[in-house]
Amino acid sequence: MNLLLLLIVPLIAAICIMLSPRVSAVRQISLAASLIQLLLVGWLLYQMLNSRSVSAQSLYFEQVYQWFPSWNIQFHIGVDGIAISMMILTALVVLAGVLVSWQELMLPKEFFFLLMFLSLGAYGFFMARDIFTLFFFLELAVIPKFLLIGIWGSGQKQYSAMKLALMLMAGSALVFVGLTGIYLEAHSFDLSVLSATRFPVAFQYLFYPLLFVGFGIFAALFPFHTWVPDGHASAPTAASMFLAGISMKLGGYGCLRVASFLMPDAAMHYAPIIIVLSTCAILYGAFVTLLQSDLKYMNAYSSVSHCGFVMLGIGVFNTTSVYGAILQMISHGLMTALFFAAIGMIYFRTHTRKMDELGGLLAKLPFISSVFVIAGLCSLGLPGLSGFVAEMTVFVGSWESKSQWVRLATILSCASIVVTAVYILRASGKVIMGPIRETFVNLSDAVWYEKMAAFFLLAGIFLMGIAPFLLQYIIGNEAAAIVTQGAQVLINK
Amino acid sequence: MLNVTIILIILLLPLINFLVLGLGSRSIKQPVSGTIATVSLLVAAGLSLMIGYQYFMIKGMVNGTFPPIELFRYPWMVFGSKLTIDMSLVLDPLTVMMLVVVTGVSAMVHLFSLGYMKGEERYTTYFAFLGLFTFSMLGLILAGNLFQIYIFWELVGVSSFLLIGYYFSKPAAVAAAKKAFIVTRFADLGFLIGILMLSFYGETLDIATLIQRLTAPAGSQSMAIQTAGWLGISALSWGLAMIFIGGAGKSAMFPLHIWLPDAMEGPTPVSALIHAATMVVAGVYLVARLFPIFQLSAGILDLVTYTGIFSAFFAAIIACTQTDIKRVLAYSTMSQIGYMMFSLGIARAEDHYLGYMASLFHLFTHAFFKSLLFLGAGAVIHMIHSNEMNKMGGLRKFMPVTQLTFLIACLAIAGIFPFAGFFSKEEILLATYHTNFPVFVMALFTSGLTAFYMFRLYFSIFWGKHQSHDPHHSEGTLTMKLPLILLMLCTLIAGFLPFSNWIFQGDTPETSHINWKFSLLPLSLSALGILLAAYFFRKPNNRIADTQKWMGGIYTISKNKFYIDEIYLWITQRVLFPLVGKPAAWFDKNIIDGTVNGVGNFVGSIYYFIRGMQSGKLQDYLLYFLAGITAWMVYFIYIWK
Repeated sequence: MNLLLLLIVPLIAAICIMLSPRVSAVRQISLAASLIQLLLVGWLLYQMLNSRSVSAQSLYFEQVYQWFPSWNIQFHIGVDGIAISMMILTALVVLAGVLVSWQELMLPKEFFFLLMFLSLGAYGFFMARDIFTLFFFLELAVIPKFLLIGIWGSGQKQYSAMKLALMLMAGSALVFVGLTGIYLEAHSFDLSVLSATRFPVAFQYLFYPLLFVGFGIFAALFPFHTWVPDGHASAPTAASMFLAGISMKLGGYGCLRVASFLMPDAAMHYAPIIIVLSTCAILYGAFVTLLQSDLKYMNAYSSVSHCGFVMLGIGVFNTTSVYGAILQMISHGLMTALFFAAIGMIYFRTHTRKMDELGGLLAKLPFISSVFVIAGLCSLGLPGLSGFVAEMTVFVGSWESKSQWVRLATILSCASIVVTAVYILRASGKVIMGPIRETFVNLSDAVWYEKMAAFFLLAGIFLMGIAPFLLQYIIGNEAAAIVTQGAQVLINK
Repeated sequence: MLNVTIILIILLLPLINFLVLGLGSRSIKQPVSGTIATVSLLVAAGLSLMIGYQYFMIKGMVNGTFPPIELFRYPWMVFGSKLTIDMSLVLDPLTVMMLVVVTGVSAMVHLFSLGYMKGEERYTTYFAFLGLFTFSMLGLILAGNLFQIYIFWELVGVSSFLLIGYYFSKPAAVAAAKKAFIVTRFADLGFLIGILMLSFYGETLDIATLIQRLTAPAGSQSMAIQTAGWLGISALSWGLAMIFIGGAGKSAMFPLHIWLPDAMEGPTPVSALIHAATMVVAGVYLVARLFPIFQLSAGILDLVTYTGIFSAFFAAIIACTQTDIKRVLAYSTMSQIGYMMFSLGIARAEDHYLGYMASLFHLFTHAFFKSLLFLGAGAVIHMIHSNEMNKMGGLRKFMPVTQLTFLIACLAIAGIFPFAGFFSKEEILLATYHTNFPVFVMALFTSGLTAFYMFRLYFSIFWGKHQSHDPHHSEGTLTMKLPLILLMLCTLIAGFLPFSNWIFQGDTPETSHINWKFSLLPLSLSALGILLAAYFFRKPNNRIADTQKWMGGIYTISKNKFYIDEIYLWITQRVLFPLVGKPAAWFDKNIIDGTVNGVGNFVGSIYYFIRGMQSGKLQDYLLYFLAGITAWMVYFIYIWK
């Protein structure tokens, strides 16, 4: 299959949306485009598994085009199991995002146009095998978010949009400096060339922090996480879903694929700092979440805590923990998108997100309430849902580390599951259970597009939680391959 | 007969109930959903009985012991090269016994719920949740992998949460559900860390392999775990202590017991199933399952013993003063589980592990008479519409079946011959007598207290002053009486089963012995407790009030459950939220976000400064020009050499 299709479909859809005369056509085009994307990703997966069963490669569907030949920049794309699983996540979140925005009345054309553009950026990012191409798509995904929040947002949306855009831009700037350094050292942007290069240790120590922090800002690395709560809280539902479900994953993926993969010595060297920061994010994020009274702020801070697991997995940097980090990215993407979708559905009906103003919704909104509770249970790591699988893999992985301090960090991170249970149950108790308020007795439950949106995300969450061996089959030993290079370096030392 | 198909049917029937009834909760109408669930559970219980018969009587015994039979294994998740979570189904004596208990009690509870829950709005959802619980509990007991136990352990926790919070519009039920989940979650954190520790050294998650590796006297893994340590305590002890915390949380051992009494906010049949017979004994099951590892560390066995005996005694005292009949039963459950715990803790090789057998025997018999007590209490509550003792009294004429079955269950828990509780409690007392005399004395005293508070309950409900109540209510339907009668029969029979030939630790079965000379003391103490209860509560009198006055402060403290709840509340409300949560939120808002905004404002002020310079006035530009020239001149003349 031609990978370019996955870039062309959202692009064509975006153009069609701009040209289409009616609102209903806009929606239908977006829905059709996101369904086609999901099918394409599914087909891609099928083909990849097929060809892998014949002969294992490190990369599938590779395509190279000269882009800026004078600087040795190529438009190089290709996928492996990790990239494909991230693309499945993207396709599911995009589809759900389009579905929950079905009733977007304000400037629907522009709204869906930006959604399509965002998905284009995400697909491109995950399939990029050239770090310049990767950077290009990373930037492509920032601008639409600024507009989505600034125009369709709520609350102090200008402030939030500006904060988010500036902080992410700062991250991009750091990444850009890092990329330039790599280019000047190795005279190539191509990941497969770079991965064969062994950078001098002094160079790694200098440039690894730039890349890691740059990408880390996207992934809510403590203490650069403050764009998350404000950005999420002000964003419209679909944008929150994209932001948490996809954008934050760009950061984690970048940290893994570019920073730690290319510079394993530095990854080992800076591991203690990363582990400390991520443990802080996990516990501190959880405790801050306890105090939130706005549902979106709650979920945003809980994202900070959950993304800490991604960073912890990358920081510990062994096969199991890196695999756990990948799982956590996928799980967190699905779960947070679902949570934001449920919060959006509640907000759409009750016009409030304050826990104290809600109550007893289960009596009138059984479907939405169930979705809310399932998302919550996934967040607190209930077995059978995706969160458990991912978190446990990170825990087991980081426990494998020989250092007592990493063990201590693991225990502290494990402790967050208790705090998570407290805030999730607190929110469910206030919003879903309890006596219903009189103002809410006439509410009506989810309609078809909302049910569909929840269905796709729930399917992902349950599938991953009940049959984790499927993802293991898709990803195979690629997580190990990322780490092995580091191990190789250590052996050579 | 002992094949995987039958076990899978038993396991999946409740799961199918959950899925079908859960998804169709609005389309499947009242009697249909309950009937589907009940019939399938009865089938499962029948099949389990058949498995039990086949295993213990016909096929299971090989050369005098019961080797475990692995029926199924699938690698569910692989961590690195060594650790794997296998989903497995393993039959061994402990599992088969639990299988019979769980499906049996669950079927009875389903049957009882048909009448008890009639007319409830979320009737179908209720049966769906019961299905989820039963499935999870079965998965827990059939597990052959430590992590698999943890997975189902969490799932029974969430089913318990959903069922306690069944009356979700009642704030008390919501609070109780939250409390149960959070307290057990806290304990599960210990369990998880324990698993990480043991599996790291044992290099496996498979229970049988883990036991084999860690108990091998000179094996590399067992050497490693015994020599590694922290604060002078070996890694083995740390890991076991952590696992025990998990078990203590689920089994409501002091000080993690606070969720159990509150959990009585759930529907009464749920309390009978989850909070009396099955889930709360999971902690005992866990310790028993890993007993070969536990016995490597004498310190941890002592921890188990003293936690158990203290909980047994402590709960018995509180039970004497509670007036909510379900709470009395809840504290009694805690006390009886305490018996099972310390009995495991005192099991020693010198004593042929009598305590181990006795503990599980008590688990087995307790499941029947305690669920019978809860269902009886349910029948009473169904009639009176209140949990309070002082609203009851003189009910024996109106509820003959309930009265009779309740009486027999009370006699059983008090340890009166020939009811089931007598046999198991005697074994426990005998085992403690052999190995740990102080514990024996406390256990003996507690057993007298048990007889007292149980008959306090019995007399207050069925005797004493007759309270007026709505004459329209009858004792309940046949489906409510039938489980009472069946469980009563179990209570009568269970003690006579040759339990000690089936479940034992070590190589040879323990011979069952009733030592009448020994039994005299516990029996007379129990009789004394019953007589004392009759003296106070059989007829209305003011002896109770006088005694309360005489006891003074002790009575108040016990009535208020030793203020443990208040201590927890104080820690969460006054310490955790204001001293950890609030500062963290403040730090985030002011320091971290303040820095971000500060950077933004700083850049902004540079902008204002530079913008101010572009004034458009020629004089200003001339001034800057001259200043610049001067600066350069100074630099070139004085500094640059």
